[in-house]
Amino acid sequence: MSKMIDEETIENVCILAKLSLNEEEKKKAREDMQRILDYVEKLEELDTGNAEPLSHIFGDKNVFREDIVTNDDAREAMLFNAPRAKEWQYQVPKTIL
Amino acid sequence: MKQYEAVIGLEVHVELATKTKIFCGCSTEFGGAPNTHTCPVCTGMPGSLPVLNKKVVEFALKAGIAANCKVSRYCKFDRKNYFYPDNPQNYQISQLYLPICRNGWVEIETSAGKKKVRIHEMHMEEDAGKLIHDEWEDCSLVDYNRSGVPLIEIVSEPDMENAEEVIAYLEKLRCMMQYLGVSDCKLQEGSMRADVNLSVREAGTRAMGTRTEMKNLNSFKAIARAIEGERERQIELLETGRAVMQETRRWDDNKESSYTMRSKEDAKDYRYFPDPDLPPIHISEAWINDVCASIPELREEKQERYQKKYGLPAYDAGLLTESRALSELFEETAKVCGNAKKAANWFMGEVLRLMKEKSLEPEQLRFSPGHLADLILMVEKKEVSAQNAKRVFERVFEEDIDPVAYIEEQGMKIVEDTSLLNDVLNRILDENPGPFSELLGGKEKVFGFFVGKLMKELRGKASPDTVREALAKEIVKRS
Repeated sequence: MSKMIDEETIENVCILAKLSLNEEEKKKAREDMQRILDYVEKLEELDTGNAEPLSHIFGDKNVFREDIVTNDDAREAMLFNAPRAKEWQYQVPKTIL
Repeated sequence: MKQYEAVIGLEVHVELATKTKIFCGCSTEFGGAPNTHTCPVCTGMPGSLPVLNKKVVEFALKAGIAANCKVSRYCKFDRKNYFYPDNPQNYQISQLYLPICRNGWVEIETSAGKKKVRIHEMHMEEDAGKLIHDEWEDCSLVDYNRSGVPLIEIVSEPDMENAEEVIAYLEKLRCMMQYLGVSDCKLQEGSMRADVNLSVREAGTRAMGTRTEMKNLNSFKAIARAIEGERERQIELLETGRAVMQETRRWDDNKESSYTMRSKEDAKDYRYFPDPDLPPIHISEAWINDVCASIPELREEKQERYQKKYGLPAYDAGLLTESRALSELFEETAKVCGNAKKAANWFMGEVLRLMKEKSLEPEQLRFSPGHLADLILMVEKKEVSAQNAKRVFERVFEEDIDPVAYIEEQGMKIVEDTSLLNDVLNRILDENPGPFSELLGGKEKVFGFFVGKLMKELRGKASPDTVREALAKEIVKRS
């Protein structure tokens, strides 16, 4: 039997993901997450004792760039999509440091 | 009151001195106008792809190997998830599961002697942007120039007990990084930052107390004050029967006290997972060997060599090796003039004096060692007086003038011309019979009067020593 997703877990995930869900949405999210865990439980039926943990599926390694400056000042383009900007900086709600 | 001891571990962030950021070709230069060094990668635009700067791996390897760490032959990056406006991707790319280096140590020296501080691990990660509070509109402004600047985080074991050890450890790391050329480690510019983990326990006991983490320490002085303050605060709590809470505290150096930033209750769950955009790194034996070969002679070896090979006192060897830049200037000067002791005297005296007077760092020195060597040789050959040489060196120090040509031009060059000296000497004595008879009568002050007159007449063509000697001989001859 896989771990049960309880009310508390959903609350915690909401805090971490900065989501505010109503009761209906919470119920739905809980069911979805439970299904994910149940699926993972199915995978656990396989014996993976001899398999290396897989973190990347393409099998690439050592993809590097040289330490050469290639980018110019692109402030205008970068700030183009900013909802609010001031003196070439992104303007955001007051954040307590 | 019971006796307590502090247990201290450090997390040190060092900004690497690469030209570009860790995952994009934006410049890492400090102090650019806001957001001039940004691109879709370092501002976390959807669809952008980070590509690792090879130099970052090389620098991290250098630092790790120099600190006696074991290199992870296979390492990768992980995402650390959190929301904050200085972090545009909503995750920081860091290393949790397989950091590049582990299990090292550095040796520190304090008034209590030498001691090893163990390094738990070193990992590569990206820096965050900078937030400024805008009082006018009561909002925050974000500059992402620093976002994506490469860092290594050096995590120590809790092996330190007091501020003196912590500062010795930080100075050790700073010196090491500067010698390796991987970072300039300027605390003021934030290229070296330290978080202090501290707990207290009853002296002699083994169990660890609850620790706090202190942030925002911008100078060695602030670190020392914060450690003392936090130690006192925790002891006070324990003495009055209260508990230390596990929390992150922010040090306010103006108020000389700290306050809670966040406590364990809302402690962050970073939900780390492997970054799928960045393929893993395999570090071959050959690569490690190359990096080992590129590690220069570090301070301790240099200090020892200066004492053994040059016969310098330990104190001088210590000062001359405080920075790699200064030691290199010294060594070059010593090599050209062929006299390490004389060169060391000039550095310990004039060079350090002028640096202090003009508040210059060793990296800012502009004189060529060859010019100082020429000057040292001229003093040795008695071609210029020691006093004039010091004056000339000030010009060498500031403008890197050629001292040989300058001394000629200024008529400071001493040419020992015996016949000229004798002619002038006899003429001056004959012209001043009054003072001369006073001198013969034993009035010693008049000796100086004649030396001065002679020096003026000879305009530096003879050294004061030679003039004195010739005058003394003449007195004996004429009396």
